Amino acid sequence: MGDAVAVHGGHGDAHAHHHPDLQHHFDTLEQQHEAATLGMWLFLITEVLFFGGLFLAYMLYRVWYPVAWAEASRELDIVLGAFNTAVLIGSSLTMALAVRAAQTGKQRATVVWILLTMTLGFVFLIVKYFEYKEKFEHHHVPGPNFVFEGPEAGPAQIYFSLYFLMTGLHATHMIIGFFIMAVIAWMAHKKRFTPEWYTPVEITGLYWHFVDIVWIFLFPLLYLVDRAGHFA
Amino acid sequence: MASTPLTYLNHEHSVASWLLTKDHKRIGVMYLVVVTLAFFLGGLFATLIRLELATPAGDLLSNDDYNKMFTMHGVVMVFFVLIPAVPAILGNFVLPLMLGAKDVAFPKINLLSWYVFVIGFLFTVYAMVTGGVDTGWTFYTPYSSRASNSNVMMTGIGVFITGFSSILTGLNFMVTIHRMRAPGLTWFRLPLFVWAVYATSLVQILGTPVIAITVLALAVERGLHFGIFDAALGGDPVLFQHMFWFYSHPAVYIMILPPMGAISEVIACFSRKSIFGYSFVAFSSLAIAIFGFLVWAHHMFVSGISVYSALVFSFLTYAVAIPSAVKTFNWTATMYKGAIWLKAPMIWAIAFLALFLVGGLTGLFTAALGVDVHIHDTYFVVAHFHFIMVGGAVMGFFAGLHFWWPKITGRMYSEIWAKVAAIVVLAGFILTFGPQFILGYLGMPRRYHVYPDEFQVLNVLSSAGASILAVGYLIVGIYLMASLFKGKHAGANPWHATGLEWTTQSPPLPHNFEVQPIVTREAYEYSSQEVTVG
Repeated sequence: MGDAVAVHGGHGDAHAHHHPDLQHHFDTLEQQHEAATLGMWLFLITEVLFFGGLFLAYMLYRVWYPVAWAEASRELDIVLGAFNTAVLIGSSLTMALAVRAAQTGKQRATVVWILLTMTLGFVFLIVKYFEYKEKFEHHHVPGPNFVFEGPEAGPAQIYFSLYFLMTGLHATHMIIGFFIMAVIAWMAHKKRFTPEWYTPVEITGLYWHFVDIVWIFLFPLLYLVDRAGHFA
Repeated sequence: MASTPLTYLNHEHSVASWLLTKDHKRIGVMYLVVVTLAFFLGGLFATLIRLELATPAGDLLSNDDYNKMFTMHGVVMVFFVLIPAVPAILGNFVLPLMLGAKDVAFPKINLLSWYVFVIGFLFTVYAMVTGGVDTGWTFYTPYSSRASNSNVMMTGIGVFITGFSSILTGLNFMVTIHRMRAPGLTWFRLPLFVWAVYATSLVQILGTPVIAITVLALAVERGLHFGIFDAALGGDPVLFQHMFWFYSHPAVYIMILPPMGAISEVIACFSRKSIFGYSFVAFSSLAIAIFGFLVWAHHMFVSGISVYSALVFSFLTYAVAIPSAVKTFNWTATMYKGAIWLKAPMIWAIAFLALFLVGGLTGLFTAALGVDVHIHDTYFVVAHFHFIMVGGAVMGFFAGLHFWWPKITGRMYSEIWAKVAAIVVLAGFILTFGPQFILGYLGMPRRYHVYPDEFQVLNVLSSAGASILAVGYLIVGIYLMASLFKGKHAGANPWHATGLEWTTQSPPLPHNFEVQPIVTREAYEYSSQEVTVG
């Protein structure tokens, strides 16, 4: 292997003091950290566009079918939805505390906060499971067995199609988050992070906050369409 | 130079050293292999289409089979050839070299992109060999969601998966350009290819997720009978078209921007002149990327969209012609009073200029609302976008490939055969697609395999041209392969070109540079060069 020889300062490859987590193609840990966080932000932009397609469809049909949207929305359980919103906001807090702990070199606290974040996420999914189960029992799942009383059955089915697609994708993102957090917790347990290098915790935090923010939009858009009853 | 210098090609030999490589240069070469396979597959479908169209009767393929041929030609060529060709092959290879970096920012993700691409391709190929798909590459609902009995789902999965490869590559390149530039390499010292790749990455990052969600929505509609675009429930099939084209129009710029970047490199080098209006060319790439997101509904002028939105989209489509024209004028102005050196890459680049000009100007015809009603879904449109995508993107790709081939392989190809091939491809191309403008204007619709007798002469000309085009591409394949074994050694900089990629040996070291390069000059300082060439 012909390692390049450094000619200017700050280039870490040939230096004795380079950090074990510094990859060969970066000069400094700072450069590596900046690249990783920029990459994560760009990835989150792609996620915004990904969900954005469904928000566009939601917007169009809500304008076209306000009555169906109001009626179908009332089929959702606002208490469970609000509870889950609180749970997810709580998990964002524990995630932020995990990043803070990693930043200040508290490995054990990092593990605990991540595990707590995962627990809250798990509570969210359990609640979501019961909500989905109720939809199956009431035949509110789109498809040949869909049942909805009244003249708004067609658009209501579109509403529930979007409901399942949006919340389902959101839940999928949470499940992916579990796998990532499990790895991060394991790395923290193995004392891999230092105040100098905790980039994986930070970008996992960014991802988890994004997942939360998606829900912050989904909750009012899906659950709170017409609670005042203007279209009743 | 030592007898066998260490290079990225010879420092490891095992199959695993390729399949598990994180070296951007090897990954670029691996893309070249897969994309070439896809190109021949797509070309095979095109061959069957042109054979069928040689006679007015539908005598070679059944209606259904013909539908599958043009669909699979489109799917393979768009998603597996044109979109990855320049960014994933040439971009991967030269971008870090141009930046003076050892690799892209995320080498593992770069390898992952290749695997995701291959898996997506395998899904698509599987869909094709187990019955094919017949919706057109545009997958319009309700045809794709309800009517078609072909392998829409499997093809959709293939396209969905491949999209992530494109997203990850764009993301990787963008971070690389932001964070991995050599000391002294400021934004306005970057080669214009880097600007073009940057603009492309922007489109990949902002556009590709939308096609992903659109295909996913189509999949749940087809597979689980959800209703999102279903008119029977009050849904809107035109919404699908909006979402589809929100990606698929900007995708045209994913295909054409990187070749434009390669053309900027080639034209400056072989005119021995600094590029005319550097910052205009650089910003026109960004302008194309941004305006490109605002014109999608010009594909839908006859889909029943409101006349006011059609007016706006028509206007914006004219507007996107401005940055394209800026580039074309600047390339021409670069050649003006330059010392033009007619080596093979330059011949390909000039062919690009000629064909892109025709493709771009006919785009203005289709952007005009009234004219579009007449030529919509006719061969005029087919000819227009082939002039951009084959005449522009593929010619630009070949210009870049011929330019950087000595860097990639360390060998020179046969100059004379490369020139012959460029002329053959150019002639074959014009003969293939020139008559299609007339066919379309006279009213021959696309996607039909039976046509009135009076269209036969033009169709026979087109099919004859296609066979010449095929021969041209085969010649390219043959002499490039031959160069690997018999080509003269290229040396570090056979074209006396500027740019960091030419300062290292050919093929480059595994880690690109002997010493970290430091940039003190602007790009394209050809005028101060003392070398005489010729």
